[in-house]
Amino acid sequence: MSEEIKADAELDLRGVMCPINFVKTKLKLEMLDAGQVLEIVLDSGEPIQNVPKSIKDEGHTIVDVKKEDGYFRLKIEKS
Amino acid sequence: MDRFIEDKSHKVDVNIDGTTEKKIDFNDLKTGGFIKQRQKDLFTVRLRCPGGRMTTKNLIEVSKIADEYSLEGVVHFSYRQSLEILYVNYKEFSKIVEKLAEIGMKVASCGPRVRVPTACGGCEYNPNGLTDTQGLARMVDEKFFGTPTHHKFKISFSGCPLDCSRTREMDLGFQGVVDPVWDEPSCTGCTICSEVCKEDAIEADPDTGKPIFKEENCIYCGDCIRACPTGSWTAKRTGHIIRIGGKHGRHPLEAFAQANFIPDEKVPEVIEKTIEWYLANGIRGERIGFTIRRVGYDSYQEHMKETFESGSPVREEI
Repeated sequence: MSEEIKADAELDLRGVMCPINFVKTKLKLEMLDAGQVLEIVLDSGEPIQNVPKSIKDEGHTIVDVKKEDGYFRLKIEKS
Repeated sequence: MDRFIEDKSHKVDVNIDGTTEKKIDFNDLKTGGFIKQRQKDLFTVRLRCPGGRMTTKNLIEVSKIADEYSLEGVVHFSYRQSLEILYVNYKEFSKIVEKLAEIGMKVASCGPRVRVPTACGGCEYNPNGLTDTQGLARMVDEKFFGTPTHHKFKISFSGCPLDCSRTREMDLGFQGVVDPVWDEPSCTGCTICSEVCKEDAIEADPDTGKPIFKEENCIYCGDCIRACPTGSWTAKRTGHIIRIGGKHGRHPLEAFAQANFIPDEKVPEVIEKTIEWYLANGIRGERIGFTIRRVGYDSYQEHMKETFESGSPVREEI
């Protein structure tokens, strides 16, 4: 978990409701190769309660999490 | 015969096994899951669907049977997840039972005995589910269904603290719980667990972001375990909160927790010993909720002592 993890793609999901935010994440991940990293930005509250666990359920790894003001920046490594 | 004329008789001639004709009391029929309707000669046939689950193949076959024997062509989904075939003439009882048996379906029951257990989806397919509620419901149905008690005895299984199967309204309820433990070295202080916890049981340390766990607020739902990106929160143990003495009806009672983290393998023992205590302490026509309030929780706890040692103590009472 370090600063150096570089994202291969980015998705700003602020203001996107559940479960659309997860569906968008899933579709974006499908476009990447295994091992590539997707960075997503999620609102606090419901999105952060639901999306990380769904990502884990799909077998991907959350390699970095940063809390910013009112939202979270997550880096996901595709499985 | 106008089937909408109310019939108030209490006995009926029945040819159950195809040979013996005799008068049968409607209350006896209820023990076999045949419930008298307002309409003369017509009954509701309640099926046994533990946990409200049925194979699609059985559902198709049951539909055919219902279509053949329900004079109005209707079924009803009962409040306890079983399917009821309405408007069945009592003369068809033996035939309908035989047809249901061909597909392995049985008729349920009413009256003072252990009823068909209810359950949510549980851990098999529900993302929140912590326990195998469906498997346990099948086990209870096989082992305890029909056991005579002082009054009706309803059991349910909820897979998590959302408690969709309403264990607080059951004579005996089992609700899934998971005990979370935190591993410091693997924690990165991302604070997701504190965001995810709806119970204010996890506070993020303002400096490190690492969790400060307040167990007194924890309801053991496992949201922290599921959300943690690094697997720092894990399940120490999974089990059941045991709730006893709830009921609905004219005078509802709330079931109170009497033990926590009781493992799956102790569930049959909890049921067996609870019924044992109920039979010894209750009186005919008294629900266990009234018995435990009359006799006292201490007596029940004493009886369950050994069994409850497999989990952690909890005592809720009025």
